Amino acid sequence: MRFSIYRYNPDVDKEPYMQEFQLEIPAGKDMMLLEALLLLKEQDATLTFRRSCREGVCGSDGMNINGKNGLACITHVSELSEPVVVRPLPGLPVIRDLVVDMALFYKQYERIKPFLQNKNAAPAKERLQSPEDREKLEGLWECILCACCSTSCPSFWWNPEKFVGPAGLLQAYRFLADSRDTATDERLDDLDDSFSVFRCRTIMNCVNVCPKGLNPTKAIGKIRSMLLERGV
Amino acid sequence: MVKSVTSLGRSGLHDWLWQRVSAVVIASYVLFMGGYFATHASVDFAAWQALFQNTAFKLFTLVFLVGLSAHAWIGLWTVATDYVKPVKIRFVLQSAVIIASVMYFLWGVQVIWSV
Ligand code: SF4
Ligand code: SF4
Ligand code: FES
Repeated sequence: MRFSIYRYNPDVDKEPYMQEFQLEIPAGKDMMLLEALLLLKEQDATLTFRRSCREGVCGSDGMNINGKNGLACITHVSELSEPVVVRPLPGLPVIRDLVVDMALFYKQYERIKPFLQNKNAAPAKERLQSPEDREKLEGLWECILCACCSTSCPSFWWNPEKFVGPAGLLQAYRFLADSRDTATDERLDDLDDSFSVFRCRTIMNCVNVCPKGLNPTKAIGKIRSMLLERGV
Repeated sequence: MVKSVTSLGRSGLHDWLWQRVSAVVIASYVLFMGGYFATHASVDFAAWQALFQNTAFKLFTLVFLVGLSAHAWIGLWTVATDYVKPVKIRFVLQSAVIIASVMYFLWGVQVIWSV
């Protein structure tokens, strides 16, 4: 199987280039792209990428595979057309090969205060939540922060320091929707400018790529409705 | 909260709502004009003047002008903040858009009220 992989080592390379690789995959055998990359790393030990859990739960091996962002560890090579073109996630600075600098992505995540805020005194045991209220967090808590969505979003490419991006907004809504969180107003205040939420143009690239099948666009729509209900 | 002084509205919601409401206003004006031309085979000076002498139509046109200016301002402001990164060039472009929107609006008002 043929691979074409983005290579860039800022210490030695003047500019990025694509390197061709060849890998024998026995007939009738399939493997995940991550496994193939690990085998290619045996051919060329300088090939660099992130990975950890190798089963789609840690979010470290997000990359651009044949033009679409996804996790290498849960992408079957049999689904991919040749040559398999692998590039780093678009729109973020490349540190080396497939490793990108996620600082801006995390900065936007941090900005939405991704933790429960409750100004009432903590009860003796725990803050209870009805099954119905818990249900509202489905499709939100599962995010693994792989950045596949935000780095496929044109609005995030153009304004990564101002637009929160789909991943951050999905999490923002996760806490807005939580019955145990009492900071709803402050959270909405922080988002009510022309960039943070409203820069979303409903292109739905984020929904198209999310490896966990989540829907940031829907969450963004819900935040808009909350702002609207509060502001009209 | 991201601050900006060149946007039209005070908040993101404000701009977003204006953009949608003005779109509806512009669409209804265009539909009305389409209907007008479709039902009036030949529009001569007298018919045209009669149309614009109608106060209701003057007001409708005025609302349309407000909508159009706001829509252009918000829309082009968004385009500029997406694609034009050098601050100086962006400032010049945004100022030009704001001045043009205001000028066309005032000129439009003058035209309507001179009929
Ligand atoms: S929403 Fe999906 S694509 Fe985006 S960071 Fe979370 S898991 Fe990844
Ligand atoms: S729907 Fe919004 S957040 Fe998702 S990719 Fe499009 S612009 Fe980005
Ligand atoms: S290695 Fe953890 S998500 Fe792929």
